[in-house]
Amino acid sequence: MDDFYRENILDHYRNPRNKGRLEHPTHTAEEHNPLCGDVLHIDLLVNDEDVIEEVRFDGQGCAISQASASMLTEMIEGKTLEEAKQVSKEDILEALGIDIGPVRLKCALLSLKVLKAGAYGLSDWTEEDEDDW
Amino acid sequence: MFDVDAIRQDFPILNQQVNGKPLIYLDSGASSQKPLSVIEAMDECYLSYYANVHRGIYKLSEKTSDAYENARKKVARFINAKSWREVIFTRNTTESINLVAYTWGRQNIGAGDTILLTEMEHHANMVPWQQLAAEKGAQIAYIPVDACGYCDMAAFDRLINDSVKLVAVTQMSNVLGTVTPLGEMAAKAHAVGALLLVDGAQAVPHMPTNVQAMDIDFLAFSGHKMLGPSGIGVLYGKRAILEDMPPFLTGGDMIRKVTFEGAEWNELPWKFEAGTPSIVEAIGLGAAVDYLNSLGMHEVRKHEIELTTYAFDRMCQVEGVHIYGPPDPTARGGAVAFTLGDIHPHDVASLLDREGIAIRAGHHCAMPLHEKLCVPATARASFYIYTRPSDIDRLAESLDQIRELFEG
Repeated sequence: MDDFYRENILDHYRNPRNKGRLEHPTHTAEEHNPLCGDVLHIDLLVNDEDVIEEVRFDGQGCAISQASASMLTEMIEGKTLEEAKQVSKEDILEALGIDIGPVRLKCALLSLKVLKAGAYGLSDWTEEDEDDW
Repeated sequence: MFDVDAIRQDFPILNQQVNGKPLIYLDSGASSQKPLSVIEAMDECYLSYYANVHRGIYKLSEKTSDAYENARKKVARFINAKSWREVIFTRNTTESINLVAYTWGRQNIGAGDTILLTEMEHHANMVPWQQLAAEKGAQIAYIPVDACGYCDMAAFDRLINDSVKLVAVTQMSNVLGTVTPLGEMAAKAHAVGALLLVDGAQAVPHMPTNVQAMDIDFLAFSGHKMLGPSGIGVLYGKRAILEDMPPFLTGGDMIRKVTFEGAEWNELPWKFEAGTPSIVEAIGLGAAVDYLNSLGMHEVRKHEIELTTYAFDRMCQVEGVHIYGPPDPTARGGAVAFTLGDIHPHDVASLLDREGIAIRAGHHCAMPLHEKLCVPATARASFYIYTRPSDIDRLAESLDQIRELFEG
């Protein structure tokens, strides 16, 4: 079973990066996955050049959702908002490095969903429409 | 003698590798596997005598109709109904409960009335009543579940009064495993003029159920959790009550006579079976009942009490395991919800899957109960006739490995 939850997932789960809240975020979003009770909150501090200066995530959930959130914050810190919007499902899966089933996919993508909702300022942003087919 | 190895020969699906490990199927509470006799009974119908029921004036249709109605009689005897006319085929437990809510409920529940449920109901026995109560201006009251998972019967006594028109309770909790005291509930419900509806989805497959002895007014259960196929469920109702109820779905087969102006309803049970039913699925359910009868439901129950006793003993040896529900295996069924330290149940389930072990993780369609238990989700191992003590050993060993992995 060790090869499934790779060391990097467990590392991010045990030692999450950028965990907590920002005092004065410019963007903020929260989402929960009722199926597993996961809750995820993301704060962004975006400067005048549209660069994400600081990012924090907070919440509780499974190792997959927490580790992917931690990884996502590392991916987008220092990037522009436009660049952050380009982060895809594939980027997250590549960072996790595991083959994941459809139910756990929702856990893996929860943070991305929250990020996009925050970055786009949409509360009703849903997973990529390409998934519909 | 309950011979699990012999039983497993009848379930070829169990003999396979998943992720390179022998499959350990511990999710029968969600749906059971099917023995060859059920699969063959359904195949035989499709291969040799299938036709629609109740219509054709020809041999195949007569034979299929006989097999379909014979399955109903098997089910009626299995739960000791007074008559086969009291057994209505539905799609599943959920549809059975909705049938009562939409027909009896709409006719008999009014403003100010109370529907009494327990806190541990499956959503299937909660949401239809919430909908009905909202529509009628009625209210829902909940019998609390105590710290050990037992129904608080002192609270039941306080809650039951003349405003209660229906007591709708699970026979066995799908999370806590708790077996409810139905006889006592029936007597107290009837004393105030209320009816008792029982969600038997978890219990009917696993223990003897006698609707007359328990004086149950309605009993709902599903075929797929009791070795039968999906797509077939049962609603039992006392005949006099069913006779007074309006139909649920209307259309073909449920009528006696139709004119341009209106229709007269068919007699029981067909009044509640509009359209072509799940014919072959009903025949499959009949074969499942035969299979369970060949084992004996008292023996099935005994086997599962032994397994649950063993599971408690074995799983509690794993550091961090917390089991929910009654600690007395004779007061509960073999659905064992647990948590492993603060590891999320979805992580536990994913890692067990890597070991070929299938369990369920989540809120098991009982979100309010999990809120009460103060956990977002639990993992659940559930047992059946083909479960061996060695399966529980494999579960416990794997849980120990998961704990080590997370501790790092």
